[in-house]
Amino acid sequence: MFIIKHKKIFLSLSVILVLISVVFIFTFGLKLGIDFKGGALLEVNYPSGRPDVSLLENAIKTLNINQALIQPTGESGYLIKTRDLNELEHETLSQSLSLKGKYPVSEKGFTSIGPSVGSELAHKAILSIIFVFIAIILFITYAFRKVSKPVSSWKYGIITIITLLHDIIIPTGIFALFSHYTGAEIDTLFVLALLTILGLSVHDKIVVFDRVRENLSAGDKKDFRETIGRSTSQTIVRSINITLTIIFVLVPLYLFGPETTKNFALILTIGLFFGIYSSLFFASPLLVWVEEWQKKK
Amino acid sequence: MKKRIILAFIILIFGFGVAFFVFKTELKLNKNFETQKAFFKKFPFRLGLDLSGGSHLIYKADIGAVPSSEVGSSMNALRDVIERRINLFGVSEPVVQVERGGLISGGGEKLIVDLPGVTDIKKAIEMIGQTPILEFKTEAPQNAPQNATVDKNGKVTLDVSSQFISTELTGRYLQKATLEFDQNTREPKVSLQFNNTGTKLFAQITKDNIGKMVAIYLDGAPVSTPVVREEIPNGQAVISGNFTPNEAKLLVGRLNSGALPVPITLLSTQTIGATLGESAVKAGVKAAIIGFLLVALFLIFWYRLPGLIAVLALFFYTAILLAIFKLLPVTLTAAGIGGFIISLGMAVDANVLIFERMKEEIRKGNNIDDGIHNGFKRAWTSVRDSNTSSIITSIILFWLGTPLIKGFALTFGLGVLVSMFSAITVSRIFLFALGINKSNRFTRFLFSSGFSSIQNIKNNQ
Repeated sequence: MFIIKHKKIFLSLSVILVLISVVFIFTFGLKLGIDFKGGALLEVNYPSGRPDVSLLENAIKTLNINQALIQPTGESGYLIKTRDLNELEHETLSQSLSLKGKYPVSEKGFTSIGPSVGSELAHKAILSIIFVFIAIILFITYAFRKVSKPVSSWKYGIITIITLLHDIIIPTGIFALFSHYTGAEIDTLFVLALLTILGLSVHDKIVVFDRVRENLSAGDKKDFRETIGRSTSQTIVRSINITLTIIFVLVPLYLFGPETTKNFALILTIGLFFGIYSSLFFASPLLVWVEEWQKKK
Repeated sequence: MKKRIILAFIILIFGFGVAFFVFKTELKLNKNFETQKAFFKKFPFRLGLDLSGGSHLIYKADIGAVPSSEVGSSMNALRDVIERRINLFGVSEPVVQVERGGLISGGGEKLIVDLPGVTDIKKAIEMIGQTPILEFKTEAPQNAPQNATVDKNGKVTLDVSSQFISTELTGRYLQKATLEFDQNTREPKVSLQFNNTGTKLFAQITKDNIGKMVAIYLDGAPVSTPVVREEIPNGQAVISGNFTPNEAKLLVGRLNSGALPVPITLLSTQTIGATLGESAVKAGVKAAIIGFLLVALFLIFWYRLPGLIAVLALFFYTAILLAIFKLLPVTLTAAGIGGFIISLGMAVDANVLIFERMKEEIRKGNNIDDGIHNGFKRAWTSVRDSNTSSIITSIILFWLGTPLIKGFALTFGLGVLVSMFSAITVSRIFLFALGINKSNRFTRFLFSSGFSSIQNIKNNQ
């Protein structure tokens, strides 16, 4: 199996990709959306043409709202982001947007989130990722308990977690790069996309490991390397096909789906791609590497 | 063989029955929706605020003064009061939820209010914040100083409020208020029943003030100033203050909804316009249909006959899952629809695993029938374990998540469960019902996959 034969190349490629992503995350930073840090988001539409951003900026300056970020959206609308606003401030802001009636304006949506709600959400998001990780290690240790030779089952769990980290760090790095140019922010849906990647990617790893388990228990204990290689090549078509079917639904979700889930679909597609890559080109070589490392000891 | 065909028929009827149910209960799909039986109208999809438009408010409850053992019951009482206030204003299907703080999830006690269709957030906030203040006041002593104002025409007006002094009796001691109509004049009036303490207080007040006026104040203004004729021991009072029937009805509702047991402050608000939601639904449906078709085409081209059966299984999967959404009901948000669409791609996972395995077994030299049997048997452990891990993940997310993540986890978890039924049971029954056990070039072609043609298969043999 060429993947096992050239495992050093694939392992280092994965490590390099993860490192680049980490560099992206730290240099570009991750912009938190109002879900996490609190703030207000107002979406307005100007049915008879929208005024220049600078006009709006001037109008908002006179209010006591400090800073407002104005982004055009759709044909004739704007998204306005500010600190969190109470109802009175919200009203003064919406009234000022018509520029004293010169530009008729309609409000499409308004969200204001207090900072405490946001920090609680971040807390919960991190907690759920940690819990999912722990549950997965426990489950894999249990499910593969019968294959503790030559590599004990908890190591399958640890390897899965390492590959899962690989699978979520790379899309996060790409997102950091993407948001540097587009201004996209991390919101609940982003966290949801990462969590879904986790789910799908574990799914994938289990299928490959299941085949290893089957081949090992069928008395195939001569050469661990060869068993892993064969198991991987036996599951490769399935892995690619299931990724394809999911991509077949994600692409229409990105192209035609609701505006709110566009970034979600994009991150998921990227994550799915690296998830499948890591199941085949990262998890399996890692398993062989662990076994070789054990022998040396 | 006969049994297999009958079973396949039953499943077929069941699957199309479910699909028919989903179709019949949906306004947009069914042109005769308005004219049909009430049963079908009871199960529309329940759309989240982000799709239907409306307001979403999060309040923080200040439970500092409440002993920790009573936090739960006061939060429930708070929810009931808010729910009653909202119901008064005729909002359809409001959702009021208590979110408990906890060691794991963190944060304090919160109240989450969803008001579908209410896009005027100012009105919504007012609606929730309104507490009627009901007070009973008695005449001030004769020698008390009175405030009087003289206007520019020289007319003297006595300030009414200085004529009365507050008593202990307030709306707190009210048990319930009811709307009544005067038997003679047909004028609406509001009848009050006090609780035990209130009854005692009212008896005392009426006893001490026979022949004097007792003023009933609502929201700081006198609405009625009847003269007491005798002591009223049974705790019943009537406010007749020239109400219109509607005003009286509203007042009864507000009095019954009572005061908030715990003070609340608004933490965050969200309003979504109806048009935004509508276009999101349309886009979601379009993406789902295109996604379904792409997956179906892929399955048929790659897996041929089994692929066709997998498409049928996927159709049943879609119908069953949508029916569950309607029956439970599951509140669908944009994220939930996203989860559903992804699950369309995932639902065929078990099929792909099984078919790949089947193909392998047939290649090994098994005949078609054995190949199908072994394929299902051998693929089972990987289907079981991979789906178990997905279910574990969705349970954790449902347990810890915020409402948005919860909705996604629910659609995702339900999807995995239903897909295990559709992709394994349904496809198995149909594959066996076809009764293909002859192995010739044609059946081998039908059961192989990918780019292999009859020619290749022959060469491989």
